[in-house]
Amino acid sequence: MQELDTVGQGSVRVTRKSDKLVIVEKDLATEQMVLAMGPQHPSTHGVLKLECLTDGEVITEAVPCLGYLHRCFEKCCENVDYPAIVPYTDRLDYLSAMNSEFAYAMAVEKLLDIEIPRRVEFIRVLVSELNRIASHLVAIGTYGIDLGAFTPFLFCFRDREIILGLLEWASGARMLYNYIWIGGLAYDVPADFLQRVREFVNYFRPKTLELNNLLTSNEIFLKRTHGIGIMPPEVAINYGWSGPMLRGSGVKWDLRRNDPYSIYPELDFKVAVPDGKNSVIGDCLSRHLVRAIEMEESLKIIEQCIDKMPSSEGFNSRSAIPKRIRPKAGEVYSRAENPRGELGFYIESDGKSTKPVRCKARSSCFVNLSAMKDLSKGQLIPDLVAIIGSIDIVLGEVDR
Amino acid sequence: MSTTALTQFSIPLLMGNSLNAWSEALVGFNLLGLPLGLVILAAIPLVFIALYSLTYGVYGERKISAFMQDRLGPMEVGKWGLLQTIADILKLIQKEDILPTSADRFLFVIGPGILFVGSFMAYAVLPFSPAFIGASLNVGLYYAIGIVAIEVVGILAAGWGSNNKWSLYGAVRSVAQIVSYEIPASLALLCGAMMAGTLDMQQINLLQSGSYGFAHFYLFHSPIAWLPFLIYFIASLAEVNRAPFDIPEAESELVAGYFTEYSGMKFAVIFLAEYGSMFMVSSIISVVFLGGWNSPLPNLGSFALNTWTNGPVWGAFWLIMKGFFFIFVQMWLRWTLPRLRVDQLMYLCWKVLTPFAFVSFVLTAIWEIYVP
Repeated sequence: MQELDTVGQGSVRVTRKSDKLVIVEKDLATEQMVLAMGPQHPSTHGVLKLECLTDGEVITEAVPCLGYLHRCFEKCCENVDYPAIVPYTDRLDYLSAMNSEFAYAMAVEKLLDIEIPRRVEFIRVLVSELNRIASHLVAIGTYGIDLGAFTPFLFCFRDREIILGLLEWASGARMLYNYIWIGGLAYDVPADFLQRVREFVNYFRPKTLELNNLLTSNEIFLKRTHGIGIMPPEVAINYGWSGPMLRGSGVKWDLRRNDPYSIYPELDFKVAVPDGKNSVIGDCLSRHLVRAIEMEESLKIIEQCIDKMPSSEGFNSRSAIPKRIRPKAGEVYSRAENPRGELGFYIESDGKSTKPVRCKARSSCFVNLSAMKDLSKGQLIPDLVAIIGSIDIVLGEVDR
Repeated sequence: MSTTALTQFSIPLLMGNSLNAWSEALVGFNLLGLPLGLVILAAIPLVFIALYSLTYGVYGERKISAFMQDRLGPMEVGKWGLLQTIADILKLIQKEDILPTSADRFLFVIGPGILFVGSFMAYAVLPFSPAFIGASLNVGLYYAIGIVAIEVVGILAAGWGSNNKWSLYGAVRSVAQIVSYEIPASLALLCGAMMAGTLDMQQINLLQSGSYGFAHFYLFHSPIAWLPFLIYFIASLAEVNRAPFDIPEAESELVAGYFTEYSGMKFAVIFLAEYGSMFMVSSIISVVFLGGWNSPLPNLGSFALNTWTNGPVWGAFWLIMKGFFFIFVQMWLRWTLPRLRVDQLMYLCWKVLTPFAFVSFVLTAIWEIYVP
């Protein structure tokens, strides 16, 4: 008899009875049941597994089991050159690859201490804000599906497709771009790119209204999210939450403002926090609203980027890229505001090699997910689905 | 002998003026001493369910949802994807019929059967046309309410027999939901029965016919008739597990609910039963509140629209069209609304729909007694 896993007071064991595996649930009360939600489940957003101890529909305890998508990101990084890590960072949070690349490139640039052309900074912010909108569209759309509304999902994906088309035009890839390189960009943006982005912004503004009419102001949607999965701000800070999750709890914390990087100090945008009028602060609805507002703020940033963009005359997107990247011995931690929260890279160099000695990613999804145990206690199964959806995890970043 | 039987059959088919002329002729139709007519009588609704599920049910739903969601829907197989459902059925037939090792064989196999039988048997009392009804029972409405409830047994058997925790959740939710929603649904239909004074489906239809068309329908019979109509429509959504009450098969929560473990033709039978009940509740609501096979067009002076558009064939057309309209509304709701939670669903049933159903029951009774 081999013990596999333990949840709460109960334990699941697997025994072998004449060539047949028999699953035994021991130490459970009569009305209790161990429910394995995932790794193949429609609403765990990937290969997350939640071991739930349930009493009827009520969840006594839910423990996330991770690692189904573990790809040894950090070990891989120790074996390739600095520029070759960029494609790996794409695959962390595959829904917002530009932002991950941006964070990684900034970390190495900090280590190398190099100056970046201004136009590169503007393009970087522009594409990563476009990617932020695309990522939030997925978050909002899939949240609709989690609650049973199918149509908002397709509306979101229709608009996201335009962003992906734009980014493909600039970088050559739909989702995993390898566009932001250390010290520069792979290419300058195409000739008409800014014009097209402006057209998209004008197209998308009314569509956010349509989306809000369909989903956010829906009575059933409000019933399902209002007051569900409340996270008080102190607990959220203690868990190390960041991004829309932390702002949903009413903490005004945005790295673009609180630890400004790149050209964000020059740009005018609001940090979205719920006002507590429409939602209970810290509930699923607040997090959803924060994402909805952030999309509009990103549109503002994009417009400003287009207006202030330095001209492309005599511009070479690769001019500041070092020939050989071999940083001095030392270590650096650099962080950026990703759509899902703070993505930080800790990089250590020994000064001799062209490969990092250590490269650690501090992923927002992983940290946000750690509060699952607290959030899920005493909730119903449908509420658990609503909570997972509002955390908006990407398993690629959780498991790395 | 067979020729005489055929003439017996064909004369009322051509005339078809008296009530139930076609179905009575079919009952009397024997071939070589075998009651072949009875078999045909039972086969007609079966063929209808199969055809409508294939065309309007599956293909129509996919196209309607595609229209609502800004996409094209099936476009590859045949012109406009018209052959898509045929291809799907062929695929389902070829699929391996998987029986999970830990499943309860008997219950697992019999579950979809009971489900389909419950849905199909209700068609016996469905008046497709003034000249056609499977069985002209004098307690037709009562029978229809009762027989649809048998589906619960099939769902429970399928959910329990699968030996899967998600299926079990789906089955338990489904039973709680259907049993609860039977109460407001039955009360709402009782209001209709009170207005008619009979439970015979053909009689209910007949009482709603008249030269003013839709004005004779029970929806416009009394000032509160819209209330039981609305209550029955909402409750019927829950009874056939359609969104926003699709919690027994809540895809994002319970994977697929009670039919998680089913594949191949068993899965197809469950689907067929679902589409069968969708049309059943839609046609019951049109029979009781919207005149069933009666034409909604009024006679306008010399334009006798009502007279022209009534008759055995027109009757079938109107009933099916009214049923399809309500199925369209069901689809419309499904592709618009999110899903309710279990406790919110029960709240809606016991604290909103049931009290209002009682109120409408009492008000209808008062109206029937005191208003001539």
